[in-house]
Amino acid sequence: MGLTFNTETFRGDFTFHNSPAAIRRFPFPFDRDDYMYSVNMEPHVPGPKGTVFEHNFDVDEHYLSEMRDRALVLAEDPLRCQSLPHMTLAGWDLLELIMESKARDYPDLFELHKNGNRWHWINRPMQIDQSFTFLDETTLPYGPMEYITRQAQGDFTLQDQRDDNLWIEAGMVTTQADWSLDFDIGMGFHEWHAPVPKAHELGVFDRALKFLLKLQHGAPVRRFNWTMTVDPLLDTSPENYPVWGPTRAMITPGNVGSRMHLRVELQTLHRLPRSNAIAFPIRCYLIRFDELVTIPKWGRRLHRVIRDLPVELATYKGFERNRATMVDYLARFDDGAPTSPGWMPDPE
Amino acid sequence: MSVGAPKIPVTVAEVTEVNDLIKRFRFVRRDGGPMPPFSGGAHVVVEMDDHGTRRMNPYSLMGDPADSTGYCISVRRDEAGRGGSLYMHHHVRPGMQMVLGAPVNLFALDARAREHLLIAGGIGITPFIAQMAQLEALGGRFELHYAARNRALGAYMPALRAAYGDRVHTYFDDERQLIDLPALLAGQPLGTHLYVCGPKGMIGWVRASAEAAGWPRATVHHEEFLAPPVGVPFTVDLAASGKVITVGASQSLLEAIEAAGVEAPYLCRGGACGQCETAVLACDGHIQHNDHWLTDDQKASGTRIMPCVSRFEGRTLVLDR
Repeated sequence: MGLTFNTETFRGDFTFHNSPAAIRRFPFPFDRDDYMYSVNMEPHVPGPKGTVFEHNFDVDEHYLSEMRDRALVLAEDPLRCQSLPHMTLAGWDLLELIMESKARDYPDLFELHKNGNRWHWINRPMQIDQSFTFLDETTLPYGPMEYITRQAQGDFTLQDQRDDNLWIEAGMVTTQADWSLDFDIGMGFHEWHAPVPKAHELGVFDRALKFLLKLQHGAPVRRFNWTMTVDPLLDTSPENYPVWGPTRAMITPGNVGSRMHLRVELQTLHRLPRSNAIAFPIRCYLIRFDELVTIPKWGRRLHRVIRDLPVELATYKGFERNRATMVDYLARFDDGAPTSPGWMPDPE
Repeated sequence: MSVGAPKIPVTVAEVTEVNDLIKRFRFVRRDGGPMPPFSGGAHVVVEMDDHGTRRMNPYSLMGDPADSTGYCISVRRDEAGRGGSLYMHHHVRPGMQMVLGAPVNLFALDARAREHLLIAGGIGITPFIAQMAQLEALGGRFELHYAARNRALGAYMPALRAAYGDRVHTYFDDERQLIDLPALLAGQPLGTHLYVCGPKGMIGWVRASAEAAGWPRATVHHEEFLAPPVGVPFTVDLAASGKVITVGASQSLLEAIEAAGVEAPYLCRGGACGQCETAVLACDGHIQHNDHWLTDDQKASGTRIMPCVSRFEGRTLVLDR
C-alpha cells in the first residue's frame, strides 16, 4: 500500500511534518463555521478509502516516529502507563482488538496467527516477531495493554463499568492534551470530566455516560476533540508543563504559521467483550497552521471558528492569549466566501 | 446514535432435555465462524418466528466464555407465559436457522472483588455457569449456593459439583433445606461481592438480608428479567410516526410498535436496562409500570414508559415514538 514512514522528531529540533497526502487526509474537526460542545458521537464504521476513518485503527506516516517518542516518554516517566490489578483482562481484550484490526486492515504490515491460545504476532514496521500465550502475562515482555500500546499510535484508556458509572483504571497516556493519567486514575466519569467548562450545564456528560453504559461490543462509536499546541509536541502533559507551558508566550505574528498547530483527537469507544470494560483510544493528529491553510476551505473556516469561539472555551483550550495573533494570521486566508458543508476538502 | 451491534445468524446445533422443565439449546454460526467472545453474566436476545408472531426473548449465555465455537442457553418452560418458552420447547429443532442479538452484559462480575458469592434459584443458575467458568480460568475466588425445588429439577448440579467440588452448595425446597443466609453473609471476607439470580422472592430476600447485615449497596448485584405480562388489549397513538396501534393481550407494547414497522431501541426487553425508555406526550388513564428502570417519582409522573414490559389501561396514550 506504499506507506512510507517519516523520520521525524516531536521534541528538540521538532522535525515533524505532514506530507501533502497527510495534509489532505487530516481529520479537520469542523463541519461548519462555528463550534460548541455536543454529544457528537457517531458509529465508528469504516469511512471512505484514504481517510483516517478507513480502518478501525489508523496507521499513518508518523507511526514509527510516534512509537519512538512514546518509548522516550516512558523511559523518563514510567507512570504514564498504569493498569490497576483488576484491569488485566481488559488489557487482553484491547490487545486482541488492536492485533485483529491491524492484521485484517494492513496485511502487508501486520500478521496475527492463532492456534488456540498460542498466538504469533508480526509487526513488520517495528521489526517485532512475538509468539505468546493469550491470557498468560508471563509470555510477553510487558503487560498486555502496555505491550500492544507501545505498538499503536495514540493514547489509550480502559474504563471499568460498575455501579452505573465508568472508572478510568488503566491507560497508556503519552500524547495527551494537558491531562494526567497518574492524577485521574481511579476517577469516575464525571470526576475526570470536571474541568471541562460549559458542557456540564448543557447536560452533555449525563447523556454521554448514559449512552456509553449501553455501548455494545461490535458497535464502536467515535467523536472528535481539538485544541491548539505550540510546536509539534505530542507530550503536552501536566508533568511536562515546564517544557511546553512557556512556549505559549513565544508566539509572534512572524512565527504563528510555523509554530502553532491544530491538534485533533479522534476518540473512539469500544466495548470489550471478555471484561465488559470500555476501551477509549485517543488518537492525536497535529497540523501546522501553514500546512492547514494549503486547503482553502479549512483556512477560511478555521479563521471563523477561532474568531467566534466563546472565551471560556479558548481559555480552557489554552490559546486565549494568542487568539488575536492566530486570527490575524488566519484572516489572510479567509476571503469571506461561503464554505461547503462537511469537513472534507473541496475537490481540487 | 445507534447502539446496534450486528445480529448473529445461527443454526441450532443441539437441543438437550435437561429435566422436565428445562431444555438446553446450542447455537453455532451459519457461516462456520467463531462466536464473539463475551463476559460471564451476558445475555442474548433470541429472535423467534412463532408461526407469524415475532418473539424476542432474552436468555443468559451459560457456556464457557472462552469457547467461541457456539453459544448455549437454557430455557425453562413457562406454561402460563406468552409463548416464547413454549415455542422454544415445542418447535425449535436441531438444524433450524435462527437469529441472535449480540451479547450484552447487565449482570457483570465486579473484577475488584476478593471473593464472589453467587446465589442462584432454579433457572437463575445460567449466568453463574458462565461466570464460574470465567472465574476459574482467571483464578478468581467464588462459592455457589444453588437452590432448586427438588433434586430432579436441580439442573446442572452434578456437573457443577464435579467441576468445582466443595465450592458448590446445593439446597432442595422439598427436603426443607434453606440457605442459612445470615451465617453465610456474616462469614465472608472483606471485599466480597454478592450476586443473586432467581425468582423475585429470592432476590428480594437476599438483597434485604444483605442490606440488614450492612453490606454496601455497590457490593450486591442482582439480575431479574421480567417476562412482559399478559393483559387487556389497548390502543396507543405513536405521535412521531403518525400511527395508531393496538397492543394485543399477549403482546408487549414494544412488540406492537415493532410490528407496526416503527423502529424502537431496546437491549434487554425485560424492564432492566432502560434502553427503550419512551416519553409519554399525553395520558388519560393508568400506565401499568412493570419495569425496574424508572424511579418511583418518574412512574408517578406518568411522563415516561418502558414499552418492553409496561402496559396501559384507559382512554388515550400518546407516545413520542
